[in-house]
Amino acid sequence: MSEVAPNMYRYDEFDARFVAERTAQFKLQVERRLKGELTEDQFKPLRLMNGLYLQLHAYMLRVAVPYGTISSKQMRMLAHIARKYDKGYGHFTTRQNIQYNWPKLVDVPDILSDLASVEMHAIQTSGNCIRNVTADHFAGASADEIEDPRPLAEIIRQWSSLHPEFVFLPRKFKIAVSGAPQDRAALKYHDMAVEIVKNDAGRTGYKVLVGGGMGRTPYIAQVLGEFVEKEDILAFLEAAMRVYNEQGRRDNIYKARIKILTNALGIEEMRRQVQREFAEIKQGGNLQLPQDELDRITAYFAPPNFDTGLPDAIPDAGKDFANWVKTNVHAHRAPGYAIATITLKTPGQVPGDATSAQMETIAELMDTYSVGEVRVTHEQNLVLPHVRKKDLPAIYARLKELDFASANAGLITDIIACPGLDYCDLANARSIPIAQRIALKFADLDRQHEIGELKIKISGCINACGHHHAGHIGILGVDKKGVEFYQLQLGGSGAEDASIGEIMGPGFTEHEIADAVERVVNVYIKTRQPGERFLDTYRRLGMAPFKDAAYEKEAA
Amino acid sequence: MTKLIKSGAYAQDVYVPVTDDAALPDGAVLVSLARFQKERDSLLERNTPIGVKLQSGENPELLGADVSRLSLVALEFPKFRDGRAFSWARILRTRLGFTGEIRAVGDFLYDQVNYQHRVGFDAWEVPDHFTLPMFNRALTEMTDVYQPSADGKKTIRELRAAK
Repeated sequence: MSEVAPNMYRYDEFDARFVAERTAQFKLQVERRLKGELTEDQFKPLRLMNGLYLQLHAYMLRVAVPYGTISSKQMRMLAHIARKYDKGYGHFTTRQNIQYNWPKLVDVPDILSDLASVEMHAIQTSGNCIRNVTADHFAGASADEIEDPRPLAEIIRQWSSLHPEFVFLPRKFKIAVSGAPQDRAALKYHDMAVEIVKNDAGRTGYKVLVGGGMGRTPYIAQVLGEFVEKEDILAFLEAAMRVYNEQGRRDNIYKARIKILTNALGIEEMRRQVQREFAEIKQGGNLQLPQDELDRITAYFAPPNFDTGLPDAIPDAGKDFANWVKTNVHAHRAPGYAIATITLKTPGQVPGDATSAQMETIAELMDTYSVGEVRVTHEQNLVLPHVRKKDLPAIYARLKELDFASANAGLITDIIACPGLDYCDLANARSIPIAQRIALKFADLDRQHEIGELKIKISGCINACGHHHAGHIGILGVDKKGVEFYQLQLGGSGAEDASIGEIMGPGFTEHEIADAVERVVNVYIKTRQPGERFLDTYRRLGMAPFKDAAYEKEAA
Repeated sequence: MTKLIKSGAYAQDVYVPVTDDAALPDGAVLVSLARFQKERDSLLERNTPIGVKLQSGENPELLGADVSRLSLVALEFPKFRDGRAFSWARILRTRLGFTGEIRAVGDFLYDQVNYQHRVGFDAWEVPDHFTLPMFNRALTEMTDVYQPSADGKKTIRELRAAK
C-alpha cells in the first residue's frame, strides 16, 4: 500500500520558510545556551515556546499536532523520532499533541528539522503564549456537524503563530474550536473557545466563549460573543487577547489565567472592554477575514471522495467485534462510512502511549482504510475518521494484533491520566499506576459494557492536566507528608453539559482508591434508572449515597 | 553601561532622566508619568523635548491627548516575562497615533527585539555587549509574518494574494 495524502492543510513556500527559519533560530538559541551565553532562566521562555520542557528526569519535547490531524507520512516520522531520539515510544496528550519524554537537548534542533520535513513543528506548545489550537476530533466526519472547524482552527493557528503582541502573556492560553452541537472538544474548559453556530436567519457564524479552565480554580467558560460574524473572528479574538494581556494578573501565576480576570471584571465588563477593542480593530480593517481567504483554507479540508453504493450495514464478525463496534464506532456523515476510535487504553497500558512499531502499523491502517488520516483526541485516543463499514472487521483484526483493540471508548477503563510523578516536575502523586490499577480492576469487558459511559480522569496535582474536574469520576493525587493520597470528585463533565466535579472528602491511599471507585460504581449500578449514565444518576441523587459507600470500608 | 540603538543605528541619548524630586535641567528630559501629570503645564511650556517613562502597569491612555506633545515614550520591561508593553506600544501607534520615539528600557532579551519592533518600538536601551549586528540579525531571523501589526509589514496572507 502506498502512502496516501489526506485532504488537510499543506504548507506553501511561506509556511515552509517560516518553520525552517524558526528551527534555525532555535538551533542558535540552543547553541547560546550550551555555550553559557544564555542563563537557564533566560533560555526557559525561549525553549518553552519551542515545546521544550525540563522535566523531573530529562527534557520533554511536545510536538504540535494542529487540531489533532495527522497524515500517515507524519505518523511515520513521529515513529522514527521516537525510535531515533527517544526510548521507542511517544505519548499522545490531552491537547491532541504528542510528546517525547527523553530527548537530549543537543538533538532537539535535529528533531525539529525532521519534523519540519513533514510540515510539523513544536512552536507554542508551551510557554505563556497562545498554545496549539485544538478541535473536535470528529471534524469533517461526524453526522451532527454544522461546519468543519479545522479551516478556522488553521486560520487561528496562523494568526497566533509568533504573534508579536501575545508571546509574553500573563499565562498560557488555550483555544479550542468545534463545529457540532455535541461538544467533543471540551470547549467550556478552555481559556477561549469558538463554537460554529447558525443564527435565527440561518447564517453561520461563531459563538465565542471565554474564561473556562481547570487548575486549582476551575471555571466553566461564559459567552463573550453570542454571534460573531465570520469575517470578524480574528479581530474579535485579538481584542480579547489584548484585554487579557493588559489586565491579566502577573503577580501570582495561580491567578494569571483569563478565567480569573473574567471573573474579577465580571462577564459584562469583560464584554464591554472587548467590544471597545474589537470596534477599533475592525475599523482598522487589516484583520478582517475575507470570504475568499476562508474559502481558500477550507478547500484544503475538502471531504475525501467517498465511495458510493457501499453497504450501510456493519458485517458480523463475532461478539468481541460487536462490542468494539458498540463503543468505538461512531456515526459518519457519508453512507457506508463510519468513524473508528482506537483507544490507547488497553487495561494495564500507560494511557496515550504508543511505540514506534504501533505508530507505524497505525500509519499502515490509515493508508489502507482511512484516506491516510488519523486524529488525536483530547481523551488520548486516536481516531480513523473515514473508514468503510465493510472494512471494520479487517481493521479490528489488525488492531487486535497491536493490542489496541479494547472495546472501551467512553467506558470506565478509557481513563485520561496526566504523566504524574513518574515524569512530571510539578506532580505531587503518580497518576499512571492508578489508571492502570483501576483499568485492571474493571478489565472484564462485559462488566464495562454493563456499567456503560463513565469517564474517569486522573491528575497527579492541582494543575489538573488529567482534567479531573471534568471527570464523571475525577481523581486528584495529593501529597500528605510524603505519602500519596487520592481525592475523589464526582459529577464533572467536559461535554456540552459541562460541570465541575464536587469533592467527596478526604483522600484514599493508592491501595484503597480503586476499591473506593468500585464501591461508588456499585451504588450507581444498584440505583440507576433505565437509560441513566453514571453522571445522570449522580446528578439525580447527589453526593450522599456515593460518599457513604466510598467511605464505608474506612469506617469499619 | 547601556547604549541606545535608534532607527537602526547607534544614537546619542539626548534625554536626561530626572527623578521625581530632582530639579529639572535645561534641554530634553525624561520624567515619570506621575511627575508629568503633576507638572504637566510647566513641562509643556518649556518648549524642549519631553519624554515620559511608563511602568509596565501604566496604560499610555493615561497620557490622554497630551501624548501628541511628547517626543518620547519609554516603556519599561521590569522583567522580560512581563509582556504588557507589547500592547502599550501597539496602542500608542495604532490607537493614539503617536509618531514619536517608543523606547524599550529595562529587562528584555535579544529574542524579544523583533516582536518589539513589530508592535511599534523604534529605540532600544541595550547593554554594552548588545551590538548593532546582533540587533540587525534579531530583526531578520524571521522573514515573514502571519499577522498585521504596527510595523505595517505585509502579512503572509497578503503576499499569497499578490502572487
